[in-house]
Amino acid sequence: MSERQSRADRPAERLYNGLIKENPTFVLALGMCPTLAVTTSAINGLGMGLTTTAVLILSNLIISLLRKVIPSRVRIPAFIVIIASFVTMAELLLEAYIPSLNKALGVYIPLIVVNCIILGRAESYAYSHSAIPAFFDGMGMGLGFSFALTCIGAVRELLGAGSLFGFELMPESFTPISIFGLAPGAFFVLAGLTAAQNALRNRKSKKSGGKHSADGTPDHGELPAGCKQDCTACGVSGCSSHGKFYDDTVIELDAEDK
Amino acid sequence: MDSVKDLLVILIGSSLVSNVVLSQFLGLCPFLGVSKKLKTAAGMGTAVIFVITFASAVAGVIYKFVLQKFGLEYLQTIVFILVIAALVQFVEMFLRKCMHSLYEALGVYLPLITTNCAVLGVALTNVQKEYGILAGIVNGFATAAGFTIAIVILAGLREKLEYNDIPEPFRGMPTVLLTAGLMAIAFCGFSGLL
Repeated sequence: MSERQSRADRPAERLYNGLIKENPTFVLALGMCPTLAVTTSAINGLGMGLTTTAVLILSNLIISLLRKVIPSRVRIPAFIVIIASFVTMAELLLEAYIPSLNKALGVYIPLIVVNCIILGRAESYAYSHSAIPAFFDGMGMGLGFSFALTCIGAVRELLGAGSLFGFELMPESFTPISIFGLAPGAFFVLAGLTAAQNALRNRKSKKSGGKHSADGTPDHGELPAGCKQDCTACGVSGCSSHGKFYDDTVIELDAEDK
Repeated sequence: MDSVKDLLVILIGSSLVSNVVLSQFLGLCPFLGVSKKLKTAAGMGTAVIFVITFASAVAGVIYKFVLQKFGLEYLQTIVFILVIAALVQFVEMFLRKCMHSLYEALGVYLPLITTNCAVLGVALTNVQKEYGILAGIVNGFATAAGFTIAIVILAGLREKLEYNDIPEPFRGMPTVLLTAGLMAIAFCGFSGLL
């Protein structure tokens, strides 16, 4: 057991986990506000992603180092203060050294404080693990987030302006579909990407389902039955172990109504 | 002081033209998460109006009389998030003690709002746009009203969509996002108002 635990805590494993297996945007659907708001171009997405990564690494590191000092009853306010300090530092540094990015991202830089990825990792990983795994967990999650934001930004920039990272890519005859640069485009691109991911996962689960029924042992995996790994859309409580989402509470509300 | 005309412009601008969810993408988590049923959506909207209006008033006062006075503007992010978290707790306790019927109606939604980035977003926007305290309160109310309009419309649409035959990959989240996108296009129409 302890051997398995330590394997999951290896730096390479944490990076892989954050980038692919539990990608915060595509798999866990966390931190949606900045995902949609700042991805008007690939470079903005990358800038936002890297800023969040820096905050995430540092806050994970500090919270992990202080985990024996912070009493568990006041841990959430303590996390918020630590995160908010790093966000303020990031904001001031950006203002001083990369004012153009600071202007493009605007109010979304201070709003990194309420990005649920950071608080989620602090609560679910950094508070219960030692410094080095926590550092790499922050890096993996942050890079996964940056990767997702850059992808969405690239799609929107390519369709909405015909360029990528500011370079003209499309031929002269291409008319930019400007709606992808505007607010509705963000929803459409994310809807398309989520649907593609659903289709991929459905196909995969169908394949593995067939294999398991052949030898008669259905595999429930590590996730509870019925979990589509989409915590925003599903109501199965207990499957949101990686981060708290709204729908469990709504289920409670519905129960109270009756 | 701000003239009535300025306040009206803020009111329409923040609630319809640059709608908090559909064009600024703040408060998306509750917008997507609590919009399954019309009734819960309306409850969430009311609680959000209540908290954001109150929070923008308190944040405005603290910014003007504490942070600006002592030259501590750079602490705004930390101070605002703590003030909002504390405020929500206080509002909940106060309502439970003094206005029980209102607490019954809003109580369950209040803790959810602490994590709503729209609250912090409004407080920070008020500072960025250099609104006075009154203009800040109006902006807070208008933003929250815009949130309520959007979430109630989305919940109504989702109730209608529930029994439709949707292609499998698009079930759940993608459909909701597409609906929100179409609503965002509709709200673009308001940009001619100002």
